[in-house]
Amino acid sequence: MLKRWRQRVTFIDIIVWAIGAAIGFAVVYGTIVTWRAAEYSAEQWINLTIDGLKLGGIYALIALGYTLVYGILRMINFAHSEVFMVGPFTAVFLAKYLNSIGFYNNNPILSLILITVLSATISATTAILLERIAYRPLRYAPRLVPLITAIGASFFLQYTFRGFYGNDPETYPTLDALTGVLYVGKIPIPKTDALVIVSSMVLMLILYTIVQRTKIGKAMRSVSEDKEAAALMGINVDRVIVFTFTLGGISAGIAGILYSLIYSQVHFYMGFIPGLKAFTAAVLGGIGNVVGAWLGGTLLGLIESLGPNLFLSGLGIPAANQLKDGIAFAILVFILIFRPQGILGERASKTKV
Amino acid sequence: MKNDLSFPWKLALSAGATAGGIAILVSLVGLVEAFSDSYIIQGTITVGELILYFPLILLVYTSIRKITLPSLGRKVAFSAMIGVIMGLMLSILVIIGTTTNIREMFINASPALFNLLTRGVPPPLGLLVPPLVCILVAWITLGIFLLPDIFRKAVTMGLLWVIVSGTLRDQILLVYLFQQEPFSTILRSLLFAQSGLSLMGALIIFALSGGYSYYSSIRGPRTKTSRTPQAQKKRRIALFMFLGLIILILPQVLGLFFTEILDSTGLFIMMGLGLNIVVGFAGLLDLGYVAFYAIGAYTVGVLTSTGLGLYQLTFWQAVPIALLITWLAGIILGLPVLRMRGDYLAIVTLGFGEIVRLLVLSNWLQAFLGGTQGIQSIAQPVIGPMKFNTLQELYYLILIGIVIVAFIAWRLKESRLGRSWMAIREDEDVAQAMGINLVLTKLLAFSTGALFAGLAGTLGAAKLTSVYPHSMTFIVSINVLVLIIIGGMGSIPGVFVGALVLVGLPGVLTEFQEYRLWFYGLALVFMMLNRPEGLWPEARRKRELHEEITEIVPE
Amino acid sequence: MSKRLLIILAVMVLAFAFLSACAPKAECTDSIGCVEVKSGDPIHIAYAMVIAGPDATLGIDSRNGAEIAIDEKGGKLLGHDIKFDGEDDGCSAEGGQAAGTKLAADPSIVAVLGTSCSSALRAAMPLWSAAGFTVVSASNTAPDLTLAGNENNHPGYLRTAHSDKVQGAAAAEFVYEKLGLRKAATIHDGSIYADSLQQVFVDKFKELGGTITAQESVSPDQVDMSGVLTSIAAGSPEFIYHPIFIAAGTQLILQARSTPGLENVVQMGADGMFSPDVMEGAGPAVEGVFVSSPDFTKFGPDYEAKFVPAYEAKFGSKPVSIFHAHAYDALNLVAACIEKVAVGSKDGGDLLIGRQALRDCMYATKDFSGLTGNLTCTPTGDCADPNIAVYQYHEGQYPPEKVWP
Repeated sequence: MLKRWRQRVTFIDIIVWAIGAAIGFAVVYGTIVTWRAAEYSAEQWINLTIDGLKLGGIYALIALGYTLVYGILRMINFAHSEVFMVGPFTAVFLAKYLNSIGFYNNNPILSLILITVLSATISATTAILLERIAYRPLRYAPRLVPLITAIGASFFLQYTFRGFYGNDPETYPTLDALTGVLYVGKIPIPKTDALVIVSSMVLMLILYTIVQRTKIGKAMRSVSEDKEAAALMGINVDRVIVFTFTLGGISAGIAGILYSLIYSQVHFYMGFIPGLKAFTAAVLGGIGNVVGAWLGGTLLGLIESLGPNLFLSGLGIPAANQLKDGIAFAILVFILIFRPQGILGERASKTKV
Repeated sequence: MKNDLSFPWKLALSAGATAGGIAILVSLVGLVEAFSDSYIIQGTITVGELILYFPLILLVYTSIRKITLPSLGRKVAFSAMIGVIMGLMLSILVIIGTTTNIREMFINASPALFNLLTRGVPPPLGLLVPPLVCILVAWITLGIFLLPDIFRKAVTMGLLWVIVSGTLRDQILLVYLFQQEPFSTILRSLLFAQSGLSLMGALIIFALSGGYSYYSSIRGPRTKTSRTPQAQKKRRIALFMFLGLIILILPQVLGLFFTEILDSTGLFIMMGLGLNIVVGFAGLLDLGYVAFYAIGAYTVGVLTSTGLGLYQLTFWQAVPIALLITWLAGIILGLPVLRMRGDYLAIVTLGFGEIVRLLVLSNWLQAFLGGTQGIQSIAQPVIGPMKFNTLQELYYLILIGIVIVAFIAWRLKESRLGRSWMAIREDEDVAQAMGINLVLTKLLAFSTGALFAGLAGTLGAAKLTSVYPHSMTFIVSINVLVLIIIGGMGSIPGVFVGALVLVGLPGVLTEFQEYRLWFYGLALVFMMLNRPEGLWPEARRKRELHEEITEIVPE
Repeated sequence: MSKRLLIILAVMVLAFAFLSACAPKAECTDSIGCVEVKSGDPIHIAYAMVIAGPDATLGIDSRNGAEIAIDEKGGKLLGHDIKFDGEDDGCSAEGGQAAGTKLAADPSIVAVLGTSCSSALRAAMPLWSAAGFTVVSASNTAPDLTLAGNENNHPGYLRTAHSDKVQGAAAAEFVYEKLGLRKAATIHDGSIYADSLQQVFVDKFKELGGTITAQESVSPDQVDMSGVLTSIAAGSPEFIYHPIFIAAGTQLILQARSTPGLENVVQMGADGMFSPDVMEGAGPAVEGVFVSSPDFTKFGPDYEAKFVPAYEAKFGSKPVSIFHAHAYDALNLVAACIEKVAVGSKDGGDLLIGRQALRDCMYATKDFSGLTGNLTCTPTGDCADPNIAVYQYHEGQYPPEKVWP
């Protein structure tokens, strides 16, 4: 058996594993040092964990859009970060209007629903238009072509909305109903965080059910397996694709509102970094997989939140939080070295660039 | 073909609505007002107005071509209808804008915009202005369309040249050559006014360009006079030498502003040639390419900066070290991604790019890499008594760099290694089955690509005598990727074209700076939908792309 | 036919490539040269600011301030129209070089307002200095730009913005002496401006006797601050100095109080955070946050009564940062000196503006009354009123209340 193993493993594999092991070792070492130093209280760790979960929930919802579209079309929808942006950036004006007539804080639930519906609608419409105008004609083109189109569409949307609403951030008025903390046992959780974590889980469940249990979900899965065969089976491929984009758009729009509830400010550039991170999360969890998107998102959120304080400062790096994005990528590399198809990826990506 | 007797209501409606929609979009984005001070011809039409009515011109033109209508009257009515619809949409915009507080949301829905739309006439009378003006524009377009071919070509050429010269007035006047007499007086007093062309200048340019177009149409296609192969070859050599001469004296003729743009374009050409190997030849999607540029630039920075004070090598001593380190970095990047494919590869390379950026920005490595403040006082190349410290002098170095890199890329493409790369690009598994060592080939692709970027980095550091972490962003990687795709992936001349269009052109058109990325995005989508093989494609690629698209589409 | 055309072109191009320019008309006695403004021509003042991209607020706001100053003069100077146009400086060295070459190639430019960012200026100034321009920046704050003998200090450069050395030190003094706090932490955002400011603060604070518990950093578009705040909380600072910009600064304000260990921490920003957007964005959390800025109270009622309404009417919103005021002053400084040194008929006729004379006038500016205070220029180009004030935000109140000195 050792002989067979020696035949399959090459020198390069060893070097690559060595890199992976080095990253793993650094993480563990740093963690141990931090633990021993006991710099942070349990309360602070819990706080960071909750932050990680909340961040993860948002990433997961955005990642969903990436992963669904990738599953069906095998393309990276680079413009999804803008689909995420257009919803809340438009809905903020509704929120401000509602606030100015006093409706906002008197009817928080209704206001929130109105704003979320508007955001989801705008995001979904944008996604559908994108598909119709920019992606559908390129469905059979080699993969780099729709990727570039997506990049172009991303810039176009960013700057169109910058032109519309201005360069400056807009702020959501505070919802009094959501200020303050709730207590789960003895752990204080800010109300907004709780809302985010719960909604993202609920939404994930709904989407998972749609994909796994409904007829259209089955259609989605079969289109993602083999487009031509699905068409031959009588499935209206175009309709399924539009539906997928709609789902992705709706979840991005909702993610946008959740994001705004926590961070208050929206601006034209807000989608870029979350989009990138969400895409990383989708890849991490195994692209094409709904549960993978959730898992990857949550994991990434936790790593980002806990990482710098957990092991980087243990390694003696000053201003560790500066590098927090770098950690996320390093962990990504680490996982992809040992599991190139992502955590829940079912098959190694067969398609080439 | 529509029934000759029916009036194409639907087409007119949709064309008008599309034109109106685009015009409103463009107005709300702010493009119209931003250029409402730049005249094409002083005192008449501004660039902003042209942008506003351009969708109409486009749609009238394309719609008229789609239909056949027997009588002139119907054609007039058809185009008028398109104009009216767009005009009405604009009027509605004015109504909404002046009665509600829409400016809270759409910041460009300003009084100045509405004033422009109604050409200064206050509502309610002003609301009639947009439809009327649009009808006029539509009829002018129709008129041009109806001209006999030769005249239409001539008129269109003439108008095009007038528009281009009027818009680029400032740039034209910055050409060093044109700042000398006698050009200076001709241009400033005769052709150009304070903003845009003078009326006289417009007429002259229109006449000259339209006239030339007319003249060459009349002459007909020039019959190739029979030339012997030797004569043809001699001609080609002469042409190349002439071109070479032009390229050599460009900095002197064009002046400082254009030279800087040429320098930047040159650096992007070098990077493009490198990424072309990774993505174009070998098919490996690298989204973190800027990392190698950064490594090259920072190595030179660390080794030669008097500000940082760590080492004091000369530029030429630092370059080989920088190239070596970048080459190694290419290998180090390549190792973990060897077994990854497609999008995973893309994300990991992107991550690598970000990690490098974060490292050079960090406080942690500040003592060594400069941190947020960057590295300054970087040495510039010195050869004997000549110091390359102006942009013009650096131009020649960059030119030499490009020649070397392009030559290497060209030879590699035709070599066995190049063919291995292309085999990997087509199908990795088959390539491996044919005996290609995947590991070695991929690593060589990454490291060669990295090398070229590193070289560009060293020259970039010399050009600015400084490096800042804020320049090493993901957007730069995207820029390089986009330019090789727009130029034609895998095609070496394509890199040159792509760089000129995506780096050189925006550099020249500085008044559009605020909207540069907007146009960029639009251009990308447009190009990919209509000409995905790029502007100067590799022959195989072109066949591939159009073959695929025409073969399978089921509808 | 076309071959002959090519040859003719080539000859022409070659010939002119080696022709030297004619000497300028010899009425000008200035040691650098003069700008000739004929009757009917405009006086060309250019700008190089960051007007595109995510940082565009900074540059657009500055440009707006200058435009208000021009409007107040009726758009005219000495009977000539003022032509005010310019380039984007990209807040980077590349952008600075590009803007620098474009402007340097235009001999009709008398003065340049810019750049927004210090990295851009370092690349552009050698070109502008050689071209003889007078350059006034409304937002460069890097100390080396006006340091005598420094390689980045070139003749012709002045600024109405405060050097970081002034602002950072003032903050440290305020905290140590007025607030009496002894343990501080700083957060910068990776920009040269913020990093430089916090370092000056740290040095001065330590010199006064305080301790620094942490120096951390975030990225300018970062929204999740929990990690960095928790890390800082571990050192139990009494005060956090975050001299960054609006977006990240607002997030820090929003999230600091809810971080365990930082419930009572005092926060302070620098002039990048003096903006109604901060107040709006942070909501009730903004209560009590300090910010440093030029001393507005010295200016007088004209600001609220004339300037702000004019700004609002022209641009549709209130000024969003403090840099518009510096730019307003910069333009007025330049205009005042042009009026002084221009030779010729001063109501619309031909003018000669000596470049060195303009520079000399600028450097000699004393007690110029501007929006940002009393401006006196040092020989190396610092014109800002040395008085920095500290303000405190209260919920719903803008501008914030001045609390020091």
